[in-house]
Amino acid sequence: MIPLSYMMSLSAIIFAIGVAGVIIRRNILVMYMSIELMLNAVNLAFIAIGSRLGSMDGQVIVFFVMTVAAAESAVGLGIIISSFRNRDTVHADDLTLMRW
Amino acid sequence: MTVQFPALALILLFPLIGVVFNMFFGFRSGRGVVNVVGPGVMFAAFAVATWAFFTLLKLPPGSALGAPLWGWIEGGPFHVEFGLRVDALSGVMVMIVTGVGSLIFLYSVGYMAEDEDFARFFTYMNLFALSMLILILADNLLMMFVGWEGVGLCSYLLIAFWYTNPQFAYNGRKAFVVNRIGDAGFLLAMFTTVATLGAHGVWTLNFVELHNNAALFGGAAATAICVLMFIGATGKSAQIPLYVWLPDAMVGPTPVSALIHAATMVTAGVYMIARLGFLFTMAPSVLDLVATVGAVTALFAATIALVQPDIKKVLAYSTISQLGYMFLGVGSGAYASGIFHVMTHAFFKGLLFLCAGAVIHALGGEQDMNKMGGLRRKLPITFATMFIATLAIAAIPPFSGYFSKDLILEAAYESGHTWLWILGVITAGLTSFYMFRLIFMTFFGDSRVDSEKEHHIHESPAVMTIPLIVLAILATVGGWVNLPDGMLWGNAFVRFLTPAVGTFKPIVEANLASTSMPLIASIVGIVLAYVLYIRLPGLPFLLAWRLKGPYDLLLNKYYIDQIYNVVVTRPLFWVSYYVLDRAVDSYMIDGTAEGAGLAVLTSGQVARRAETGNVQHYAFVYLLGALGIVAYYLFLVTGR
Repeated sequence: MIPLSYMMSLSAIIFAIGVAGVIIRRNILVMYMSIELMLNAVNLAFIAIGSRLGSMDGQVIVFFVMTVAAAESAVGLGIIISSFRNRDTVHADDLTLMRW
Repeated sequence: MTVQFPALALILLFPLIGVVFNMFFGFRSGRGVVNVVGPGVMFAAFAVATWAFFTLLKLPPGSALGAPLWGWIEGGPFHVEFGLRVDALSGVMVMIVTGVGSLIFLYSVGYMAEDEDFARFFTYMNLFALSMLILILADNLLMMFVGWEGVGLCSYLLIAFWYTNPQFAYNGRKAFVVNRIGDAGFLLAMFTTVATLGAHGVWTLNFVELHNNAALFGGAAATAICVLMFIGATGKSAQIPLYVWLPDAMVGPTPVSALIHAATMVTAGVYMIARLGFLFTMAPSVLDLVATVGAVTALFAATIALVQPDIKKVLAYSTISQLGYMFLGVGSGAYASGIFHVMTHAFFKGLLFLCAGAVIHALGGEQDMNKMGGLRRKLPITFATMFIATLAIAAIPPFSGYFSKDLILEAAYESGHTWLWILGVITAGLTSFYMFRLIFMTFFGDSRVDSEKEHHIHESPAVMTIPLIVLAILATVGGWVNLPDGMLWGNAFVRFLTPAVGTFKPIVEANLASTSMPLIASIVGIVLAYVLYIRLPGLPFLLAWRLKGPYDLLLNKYYIDQIYNVVVTRPLFWVSYYVLDRAVDSYMIDGTAEGAGLAVLTSGQVARRAETGNVQHYAFVYLLGALGIVAYYLFLVTGR
């Protein structure tokens, strides 16, 4: 039996990696992958706590998150591809139209 | 005793109908309809006024007709009603305004026959009549002020009637601004009245209630109110120091000069002082001031009138001078004498202006008396009526002016104002001199009319001459309502007015010398004018050349306009432009407003740098915020 604290620590580490990736990496595709990391870190925490409490709720929520994440990444990837086709870039620093 | 008489409202309603009709339908319905409606409503108002007046005559002395219309201002204990009241004083005034007004309206039909703007003219004239009647019929000070302002506005509109001439428009503004100075005095007097009575728990501006509570005014409050009211009167009634607008007001159409600047509006100040006579009696020092200003103005304006070449300017200064007489009368405490002169003056001065208008009309707009002369055969009706008016203003018995002017000078003498009486007698001489100078220069001697205008000279149409004839009859017999004591019905007019305006106690006995002096002065004036302008027509030029200094001083009206320009107008413009406009308005007020906008703009310029458009920057700030909230709950809320 793996202690809950291990699970939570791993989840926090993965989440932190995701946050760092979103903020530091300039490539939108990589930022997307970082967002997926964050989502899965949260999923991990749900599963762990759900198993600890003997409840199904955590697993149900995880399925919801996975579904939404799939849909979201489909849309997001579409935007990224469209951006690459039109602007020839997937670099966040170059996509700063929405200012001033 | 006040008798309800709701029909008084009709006196206001008729001119109001005229205003509305002429304003909205006048031009479209054409000259013929306007010529009927404009004067027609005045005659209707005159008919109602006559009905009211004779109803009043049948009532016992001291009674009044009242018509409370509606509550107007309700402010806690303070309330003002929109109500009308006709007592002996306002009854006489309303008869003058509607009666003389109707005749002048009729005359205007002929005078304005060539003018395209007849509808606008009659709109303004009806509006003036409405305002003047509100002023007179008001039963409280505030309503009187409404009329007071209304006549000022109409005066401005009608002086500047031919507004395409910039000088005329300027003169209109001048009249308005000078009147405003006086109006400020009126307003302050009303504030003082409300404050003084309010301190005693009496909240009213109603004349009757003011009169009943007169004891509550202390000497100081009464003096302050009367001085402020008198400032208002000097503005409206063209007395020193605010008379300067009246001569310039002569650029308006001549019927306007006759109605507004001779017969009615300018007498509003005299009416107001007579109306508040109970208050002025409590402030004898102010009454002395009123009498002094009146007498000095009378003499001052008469001297200017001696040399003016413009026929209307002579009449304008003559009006100022006659108004001075009225103030001398009311200032002596003999309010009835002042109102009596208001009435006779309305007859003969209205007539003089209308005659002058007929002369100007006949000569195609010429106003310079040096280019007139010998008109008596060509304009017989105008000459005859103007001669009667001149005899009236020169106070020759039995014409009306003799009785009223005599009554005023007698009052001045009997109230102990001997010096002011002397000024009045000198003025009487000057008056007959400059008026006969006008007559002789205009109607006698050889014609000096420009030759191309010579054969256009024609007598005015009947619509203009009928008012002249009616006014000439009034100017002759108008004074007979108040004969010397013991003659026929005696001083009926004064007896009629006394319950409304109070009586006057002589302190010096008039004697034969004092009563005959004004007449002697008048006759001397006529003889001098005859010698100078008929017998020795070259002498005036010689005198003007020999006495060049005094002559120029008078011709230029004592340079008062120039002095005011330097002392008042220029500094005012300087302060207005450099201090109020540049410093206060542009710098402080605009600076504050624009500064506020600029501050927002500048801070926006700085703050917008935060909006990089880079999603990662937003995400970072979001992260910091999320961390902050977590930290808040961890360390502060849970307290660990």
